[in-house]
Amino acid sequence: MDASIFSIIVGIFVGLAAGYVGSLMVLKRMALVGDALTHVSLLGIAFGIVLNFNPFLGAFVILFISALVTSYLESKTKLSGETIVGALFTLSMSIGILLIPEVELLETLFGDIASVTMIDMIIVAVVSIAVIAIARMMYRDNMLSIISEELATSARVNVSRTNLIYLILVSTVVALGIKFTGTLSIGFLVIVPAAAARNISPNLSRYVIWSCVFGVISAVGGILVSGYTEIPAGPAMVLAGIVLFLITLAKKML
Amino acid sequence: MGKGHHHSSGIGKEHHHHGEETILKVSDLSVSLNGDRILDNINFSLKKGVTLAIVGPNGAGKTTLLRALLDRVDYKGEIKWSDTLRIGYVPQNVTVADVPVSVREFLGFKSDDEGRIEAAIASVGLRKGALDKRMDVLSGGETQRALIAWALINDPDILLFDEPTAHIDADRELIYMMLNRLERERGITVLLVTHNPHVVRHYSDYTLAINRKRIFFGESSKVDTPKLLKKIYGSGSILVRHKH
Repeated sequence: MDASIFSIIVGIFVGLAAGYVGSLMVLKRMALVGDALTHVSLLGIAFGIVLNFNPFLGAFVILFISALVTSYLESKTKLSGETIVGALFTLSMSIGILLIPEVELLETLFGDIASVTMIDMIIVAVVSIAVIAIARMMYRDNMLSIISEELATSARVNVSRTNLIYLILVSTVVALGIKFTGTLSIGFLVIVPAAAARNISPNLSRYVIWSCVFGVISAVGGILVSGYTEIPAGPAMVLAGIVLFLITLAKKML
Repeated sequence: MGKGHHHSSGIGKEHHHHGEETILKVSDLSVSLNGDRILDNINFSLKKGVTLAIVGPNGAGKTTLLRALLDRVDYKGEIKWSDTLRIGYVPQNVTVADVPVSVREFLGFKSDDEGRIEAAIASVGLRKGALDKRMDVLSGGETQRALIAWALINDPDILLFDEPTAHIDADRELIYMMLNRLERERGITVLLVTHNPHVVRHYSDYTLAINRKRIFFGESSKVDTPKLLKKIYGSGSILVRHKH
C-alpha cells in the first residue's frame, strides 16, 4: 500500500477545500474556467523546473497572475471569464508542455500522492483552512452576485472585487492540489463533487455540506484505490467522483 | 383617466396618499455612457408616499435613471434624497434556475432576524411554507413577491422597481394592489419603471415620461394623454385604450 496517513490527510483537506470552493464554481457556471486554470498552472510548473525553484510555487504565481489578468480584462471588455481563461490556458499549456522535461511531465499531469511529506501535509491543512475561512466570509456576496449583480450592487457588494478574490481562492486550491492529483484531475475535484451535491440538495446549506463531503470521498477514495492498484491517484479520484455523480443523478431522477 | 379611475371590477388605485415631505429632488441630471448622452437635463421631485411610474420607449434611459438614483453610474447634476432614507431595490431579472437556495436562505442574506423575514413574506402575501421552498420552484409571481419581500426586510421608505411584472402575466394585478396597500399602510413611496400603460393609468399618482432629453413629469392624469405620450414614444407607436 502506497498511501500513507499523510496522503489521506492531504486528500481530506484538498477534498474539503475543492468541494467548498467548487460549490460556488458550479453555481457561477464557471466549470470550464476551473478546468482551464489547472492547465494554466503548467506554465508555472515549467518555470519552476527550468529555473530550479519550487514548481508549485511557480504554479501559484502564474495562477494568481492569471486571476488578476482575467478579472481586469473582464471588467474592461465585454469578454466573459470563460473566454479569457480559455485563451490563456491553451497558450500556457502549450508553452508549459514544451518546457517541462519529459520525465517529469507525467508526474505533473497525474500527480504523485506517494511523495507527500509531513511538511506538505501541514501546508495543505493550513492553506485549505484559510481558503475555506475566506470563502465562507464571502459566500453571501458571491451568492448575491450569482442571483443578480444588480441586487448585489444594491446590497453594497463590490462584485468585481468579489469575483477577483474568488478566482484567487480557486487558483490557490488548484495550486495546492496539483502536486498530489496532477493537473488533469484537480479541475475535476473542483467541479464534479459540487455538481453531484446539487442533484440532491433542497437548499444551500445542504448543498455546501454535500459538496464538501463528496469532495473528501472522491479525494480519499481515489487515494485508497491508488494505494491498492496501479492506477494513479488523480484518475482514481475522477472515477470515484463520477460514481458519486451517477448515484446522485439517479436519485434525482427517481 | 389616471388616479381615481376605477375598473368596473373594482381594482385600481383607491387611495391617494400625497405627503407633503419631498424625499427626492433631481436637478439637471445628465448621464453619459461610452460617449453616448443617455440622459440630459432631467429635473423632477418626489413626495413621500406616492407611486411614481417612469415610462418611455426602449433605450429612453429609464434603467439608467434608476441606476443613477441608486448611485451606480457616474452622473452630472444633483440627486438629493432626504436624510436617512432607506431604499429597497427590486431587480428585473434574477438567476435562480438550478441554484439550490431556499426563500428563507435568500432572505437570510439580508437579515438573520427570523421575525423580520416572516413579517416581510407576510407583507407580500407569501405563505410561511414558501420559506422552505427553493427559489427556482416558485412561480413568476411568487418569485416577484420574494424579491419584494427582500426589499421590504429593512423597512424601506422607498421601493425602486425595474419593470416589476415584465415577465409575468398572471398575478400582475395582485402585485400592484399589494404595492398600493404598502403605500397606504406604511407610507412607502413606490417608484417603478414600466412599459405597462395600465400601471400608469390605474396604479400611479405621478408619471415621469422620458425619452433621453425629453421629459414630462406630473400627475398621471395629466401626463398620460395621447398627445404627450406621442412626443415620448414617437408617432409610429399605437396607443390602445380599453373602454370600460
